[in-house]
Amino acid sequence: MAESSASAKKPLPVVDFLKLPDSGDPYLEGHKCQACGAVFLGERAICSKCGARNQMKAVKLANTGTLYVYSIVHRSFPGIEVPYISAIVDLDGGGTVKGNLINIEPNPEKIRLGMPVEVVYKDALGRKDREGNSYTSYFFQPRR
Amino acid sequence: MSDVFVVGIDMTKFQKAGTGPSVDLLGAQAALMALDDCGLKIQQMEALYCGNLGQANAMVGQRVLQQIGQTGIPVVNCANACATGATAFREAWMAIKAGAYDLVLAVGVEQMGAGLLGGGGGGKGIPKEGLLGSGTMPAVFAEAGMEHTRKYGTTFEQFAKVSVKNHHHSTMNPKSMYQIETPIETVMNAEMIAYPNTKLMCSVNVDGSAAAVLASEKKVRELGLMKRAVRVKASVLTSDPWQERDLVMPDVNTCTRLAAKKAYEMAGVGARDINLVELHDCFATAEILHYENLGLCGDGEAGKMIDTGEVALGGRVPVNVSGGLLSKGHPLGATGIANIYEVSTHLRGEAGKRQVPNARLGLTHVIGLGSACGIHILEKVSA
Repeated sequence: MAESSASAKKPLPVVDFLKLPDSGDPYLEGHKCQACGAVFLGERAICSKCGARNQMKAVKLANTGTLYVYSIVHRSFPGIEVPYISAIVDLDGGGTVKGNLINIEPNPEKIRLGMPVEVVYKDALGRKDREGNSYTSYFFQPRR
Repeated sequence: MSDVFVVGIDMTKFQKAGTGPSVDLLGAQAALMALDDCGLKIQQMEALYCGNLGQANAMVGQRVLQQIGQTGIPVVNCANACATGATAFREAWMAIKAGAYDLVLAVGVEQMGAGLLGGGGGGKGIPKEGLLGSGTMPAVFAEAGMEHTRKYGTTFEQFAKVSVKNHHHSTMNPKSMYQIETPIETVMNAEMIAYPNTKLMCSVNVDGSAAAVLASEKKVRELGLMKRAVRVKASVLTSDPWQERDLVMPDVNTCTRLAAKKAYEMAGVGARDINLVELHDCFATAEILHYENLGLCGDGEAGKMIDTGEVALGGRVPVNVSGGLLSKGHPLGATGIANIYEVSTHLRGEAGKRQVPNARLGLTHVIGLGSACGIHILEKVSA
């Protein structure tokens, strides 16, 4: 159980649809149905909107979008730091993703529904798995 | 096809989570109460549909019969998230509709833990809660409510008024977990769980059970039970049609609208004809959405509904006069039948202080996240 070899490894993606290419920037990957245009997160073979089989094509999702809705979470499970903003973001060009909205005060007066946001990629709040692996996650922040 | 009637129905007084008896004894209590309500015996029941979520793999229905009478009848155990009880009731209704039986028992029962539901770990890698937003139920339903805010400007105060109303109603319901008035300041200043839902805007985890005896028209007449019978005018179950934000935002609206449309068609009535509603107020934010989803008002008018008191006892269409899940409590698998008990009690004119005057038609609604929507329309029988 080499802690040293684990920490030397590069971080893992927090979810399958977060891609960390060897060269180039991280991005979120969608799977788009070529028959009806529905966009999904994560690989799949069948479209649950239209039922088409084997029509999915991997697409790179945008790093910009708008805040659809949010909640400011003040009570969570033990060990989880609060408050945080749980946000649902519509990405430009298709795809809706849920994540933490950061770099803005967790105050309803400060958060505007429909505000432009961008996707940023950082360490997953220091969380590690049982093998000691680090993870890269995605977050949203207000777009300047 | 025969009309189907509720002839016996009752529920236990909902109690603090973890204080009830074992799940089989708890279910047995309501089953016996429902049988006593119509003066029938377990030996007369031809089938049992039992709803329970927490122990869905543990043959709860059979264990209820092991407490009150093992007669060898078919037992089906149902699990359908918070629509579990309504699903068990609907299966009983369908069995009679199909002509397979004339007398069927439906039981919903749940023992709850304390604390937050949803969002708990699972999956590989690292915990995602608080990293990729929140999967806790208060936050999920806060986000659903914020969608209404986004469209129509619904305020925190309007959501909070739902909780004030339902807690007020519960002061008149002896079977409610709580019977406490909660003024608007108390609701808004309670501990914030997930904005805009404070602690008093979240449903109460309780232990409880509810049961119903359903009968074919022929059997109701044969047994002379028509006087207190309640006609099931519509029974509808839907799942969630595809929506673009499905993957990250469970949609409680579309499946409800679909179910409501089918239910009104089946019953041959409109939303305007309904005299009272028990709907799925698992969170205060959710109730607002369902005024519109059930057609009680037009889109964008739900805020006005709560402001003007139209949905309070004494208003045009009282909603959750039982106290709702917010105060009466929400034992997941029992909730769907407990709602039917409440509406039936009003249609029978037996609801005491909280009686909705001249109630002839009532609607019950539950949502199981993931998603399932169950709606029943019930009618007073003119004897």
